[in-house]
Amino acid sequence: MSDRDGALERLAARRARVAGALTAAVMAVYFGFILLIAFSKPLLATKLRPGLTLGIALGALVIVISWLSTWLYVRWANRRYDAALDELRK
Amino acid sequence: MALLFFFLFISITLGITYWAARRTRTTEHFYAAGRSISAGQNGFALAGDYMSAASFLGIAGLVSTTGFDGLIYSTGWLVGWPVVLFLIAEPLRNLGKYTFADVVALRLRAVPVRIAAALGTLATVVFYLIAQMVGAGSLIRLLFDIPFEAAVVLTGAAMIVYVLFGGMLATTWVQIVKAGLLLGGATLLGLLVLARFGFDPTALFAAAAEKYGDAVLAPGKLVSSPLEAISLGMALMFGTAGLPHILMRFYTVPEARAARSSVFYATGLIGYFYLMTFVLGFGAMVLVGPDAIRAADAGGNMAAPLLAELLGGTPFLGFISAVAFATILAVVAGLTLSGAAALSHDLWVNVVRGGRSESDEELRVARFATVALGLLAIGLGISLEGQNVAFMVALAFAIAASANFPALVLAIFWPRLSTAGAVASMLTGTLATVLLIWLSPTIQVDMLKEAEAWFPLKNPALVTIPLSFAMGIVVSLLRPEPEAEARYRALARQMHLGHEDT
Repeated sequence: MSDRDGALERLAARRARVAGALTAAVMAVYFGFILLIAFSKPLLATKLRPGLTLGIALGALVIVISWLSTWLYVRWANRRYDAALDELRK
Repeated sequence: MALLFFFLFISITLGITYWAARRTRTTEHFYAAGRSISAGQNGFALAGDYMSAASFLGIAGLVSTTGFDGLIYSTGWLVGWPVVLFLIAEPLRNLGKYTFADVVALRLRAVPVRIAAALGTLATVVFYLIAQMVGAGSLIRLLFDIPFEAAVVLTGAAMIVYVLFGGMLATTWVQIVKAGLLLGGATLLGLLVLARFGFDPTALFAAAAEKYGDAVLAPGKLVSSPLEAISLGMALMFGTAGLPHILMRFYTVPEARAARSSVFYATGLIGYFYLMTFVLGFGAMVLVGPDAIRAADAGGNMAAPLLAELLGGTPFLGFISAVAFATILAVVAGLTLSGAAALSHDLWVNVVRGGRSESDEELRVARFATVALGLLAIGLGISLEGQNVAFMVALAFAIAASANFPALVLAIFWPRLSTAGAVASMLTGTLATVLLIWLSPTIQVDMLKEAEAWFPLKNPALVTIPLSFAMGIVVSLLRPEPEAEARYRALARQMHLGHEDT
């Protein structure tokens, strides 16, 4: 196996780790939210301030976190992953 | 007024189609817009493909009549997008050509894989199309006061024209225009609502709680069984990453980096849109009132249009109605194109012709398939008038999540996937999902009026996704294919670096 193949294999493994970790994080956030709804409805009805319950805040947060997770990945990929790919292209 | 906006949209999109038709000469143009779409444009097009009338009118309606529970759907529809980005978008773009089956079939035996993948694609597309067409018919009757059949025929005809003549280029620009209109319309409506509450959403929510009780701000009856909720959540989360018309969009951009950025844009646009529909729903609850909304349409679909009429008079109602119609039209066009690609590229070229076919011939078959699918959609839409087809969207997501997604993930990440394993996974995913939905309370109790259903869950994804993964892995281990594994290693470079010869 040449150096290049080894480098490619390490990069592939690194990308799979990043992708897997981020996927697991988003799953944990979303299914955590669903389980809270299923098991602790009174908790989510807690009012943080007039007109804002914990449930609404967390729901909006799930949407924002999903988006931020894509931003995080794109930033990693644009900086690290693409730089490593450029190395491999040489 | 509504008709005026409606004809304006039709003229603009037909203009786009005429422009695109002159540029659509090869299969690469027809299926993939000549790979000329930028990341930002594709972000809008992905959002356009995804934001259906069900999510605009349906979620606003659900929020306006039940409050908080609508947010559960909004989060579910969004969380699939990060999964698309992390696991699928870039390898798909680098390995495939036009369809997701390209990626699965690349290192396996083409004929069985393409047949199984086309089955999963067509099942997803047809159920999704039926839901959209029947929804379109009722909605257009409601909004424009024209007969159901005429509405379905009109939708089908416009969609056939876009796809048949303009291919992916026209379909993409129709999505972009529609996404712009929908986001603009929702923003305008949202600002008009918030202006009445000092631009403070919590003031709006507080007003809703004062009028209809604190319960509207907390989880209600929608999630009663945790298993049911998780099963539906899994279908939404992994189904997005298996929707053929969404996956096909990644072939329209020049390279993987653009595919990557486009998901970031799309997720932002869709997330913003869902937060806005939540505000619109509460706006309709406070300003229009749940009783008036249910009186106009029992399903709550008229919440956003009624709100528009209240805040901006007939012209704004006309604009929002036309936007809702444009939304349906764009979604069915995207679906039809991906179905046509499965029929022509996967089945005709790679199965019937054994991979040897002229581009001209493939283009003719793709156009024939477009017309056939369009006519099928019109026929099914008309014959299922009045049926409750809302569950078919969830069914389409469940099939996409169970038949298409596991095979794609295994093909991309697992070297030992064999032809037998991939076929077993895709067939199991499709057939088990359809079977379990047939045995579910939705069909057995709600439609056939049986006392109880054999299978307890309304959405089978909790069972079918793991089952489909397990079948793929177990059958691959029992029927290994060393050549396929060797080809996986050889393709590793292409998976990350793309087609280097082009």
